[in-house]
Amino acid sequence: MKPPILKVRDLTKKFGNVTSVNGVSLDIADGEILGLLGANGAGKTTVINMVLGIVTPTGGHIEVFGKELMANRIEVLRSTNFCSTYTQLPGNLRVWQNLKVFGQIYRVPDLKARIDEVLEILEISHLKERVSGELSAGEGTRLNLCKALLNRPRLLLLDEPTASLDPDIADKVRKVVKRIRDEEGTTILYTSHNMRDVEEVCDRVVFMHKGKVLFTGTSEEILHHFEEKSLEDVFIRVARSGDIESNRERKEGGS
Amino acid sequence: MSFYTIKALVLRYLYLYTRTPVRIVELIFWPLVHLLVWGYLTRFLQQNVGDDFPHEITFLIGAVILWDILFRAQQGVAIFFLEDVWSRNLLNIFAAPVTNADYLGSTYAVGMMRAGVTSVMLGGLSALLYSFNVFQLSWALIPFVFNLLIFGWALGMISTALIVRWGPAAETLAWAVPFFIQPFAAVYYPVDYLPTALQWVAKLLPCSYVFEGMRDVLKDGVVNWAELGIATGLNVVYLAAAGVLFVRVMNTAREKGLLTKFASQ
Ligand SMILES: Nc1ncnc2c1ncn2[C@@H]1O[C@H](COP(=O)(O)OP(=O)(O)O)[C@@H](O)[C@H]1O
Ligand SMILES: [Mg+2]
Repeated sequence: MKPPILKVRDLTKKFGNVTSVNGVSLDIADGEILGLLGANGAGKTTVINMVLGIVTPTGGHIEVFGKELMANRIEVLRSTNFCSTYTQLPGNLRVWQNLKVFGQIYRVPDLKARIDEVLEILEISHLKERVSGELSAGEGTRLNLCKALLNRPRLLLLDEPTASLDPDIADKVRKVVKRIRDEEGTTILYTSHNMRDVEEVCDRVVFMHKGKVLFTGTSEEILHHFEEKSLEDVFIRVARSGDIESNRERKEGGS
Repeated sequence: MSFYTIKALVLRYLYLYTRTPVRIVELIFWPLVHLLVWGYLTRFLQQNVGDDFPHEITFLIGAVILWDILFRAQQGVAIFFLEDVWSRNLLNIFAAPVTNADYLGSTYAVGMMRAGVTSVMLGGLSALLYSFNVFQLSWALIPFVFNLLIFGWALGMISTALIVRWGPAAETLAWAVPFFIQPFAAVYYPVDYLPTALQWVAKLLPCSYVFEGMRDVLKDGVVNWAELGIATGLNVVYLAAAGVLFVRVMNTAREKGLLTKFASQ
């Protein structure tokens, strides 16, 4: 079996006395799309930020492409990319200017052609000359995705990529994500609290709650584990139950 | 440190300048206004008071103008950095294969370019406007201004580091950074008038040599190149120190999640 592209062990992050991520372990296999699912504040973004090295872990271990992250950060980041609802490219640059700058930072060969290609993939070629800050939220997200695809990353981190999109565009983005994986073999970590995302896009799901991993498996395995009919129901129950650990114990004790 | 990455980051700054005319105004407008006011005021005084008008008056005019150049350089730089922080773009940069050295290298390169553009423009204009009259300071002004701009750049980086580290609450403090050093910088009075201990503080600030030098030029028409050299040397030290501070703050920011905090606000 091939080694995992991303290997996370006992990852913990404390901000002051708030523990945002608490002993998270996960693997993503080569070419896999792993969904990181959880309510707001579950710690998904913090996990992604630690994998990118922009937040330093309090404890634990991260390996990307079989290499320890912090010791090989720059090398790893060259073959990684990300797209987040929380970041924007400089608003007063034109779309092509932003892509050119990031293409150069990531040393993309044959950059001009690649820029046209990624704009085409996300169907925003017509926005190439536009000023980035004047794009709609959905167009902005797609520009961010263009940036994320520029360097044909081996590992792609997507933090709620469909959060600000209308259903039509969200559907297109999901299809692009699958296509990238199918055509280029890109390994993808995909955070979301949208059940549709998870069901349609992800091969496997890591379910997070209050900084901990509750369950890892396919959608079917999750349904079976929680004895619910839909992921939506699981999600709502987990989000409302507060402390799921005791909840499960209660269930197990009762049966 | 990679030349290619630095080039890409500098390109980004150049796009920002060409895309935002206001920034070019900031780069050229204030120094230009100062040059004109200083030039014409000096000419006016000389024609009305005669050749033996008190030096102290020109000292003050020069001090006001040079101080404002320093102040605006610091503010311009700090705003420049903070826009990156506020526009949530800093995360994109630091989640890309960009080392601290690359980022600092690009800011130094842009700082030099800014100082260079302003200085060359001032040089050209003062040659054009004043070469045929008694205005003495025109050429000597250029290395002085260049040093002030570089020192302003270092102070701007320090202000930014304060704001990234302590959050928006530190903003008033950060904007006031130049005024913390003003009493010791010999802006309006010679270094000799400070108590001995404070004279040492003054000697550690590159801008004190610029203000002293300005007075020398006005009084005797002689540029003290040795002192200008010391100012330049000190500036290198300050730039390096600002760089070290910046890297340390960035590491703290990674610990405390400060960059992402800005990003999700
Ligand atoms: N920079 C930070 N400083 C302090 N607390 C933070 C910071 N970033 C995240 N948190 C806290 O960590 C928890 C997890 O946040 P986050 O990872 O953004 O969750 P998610 O992405 O799943 O919504 C939240 O309680 C949040 O308030
Ligand atoms: Mg999040």
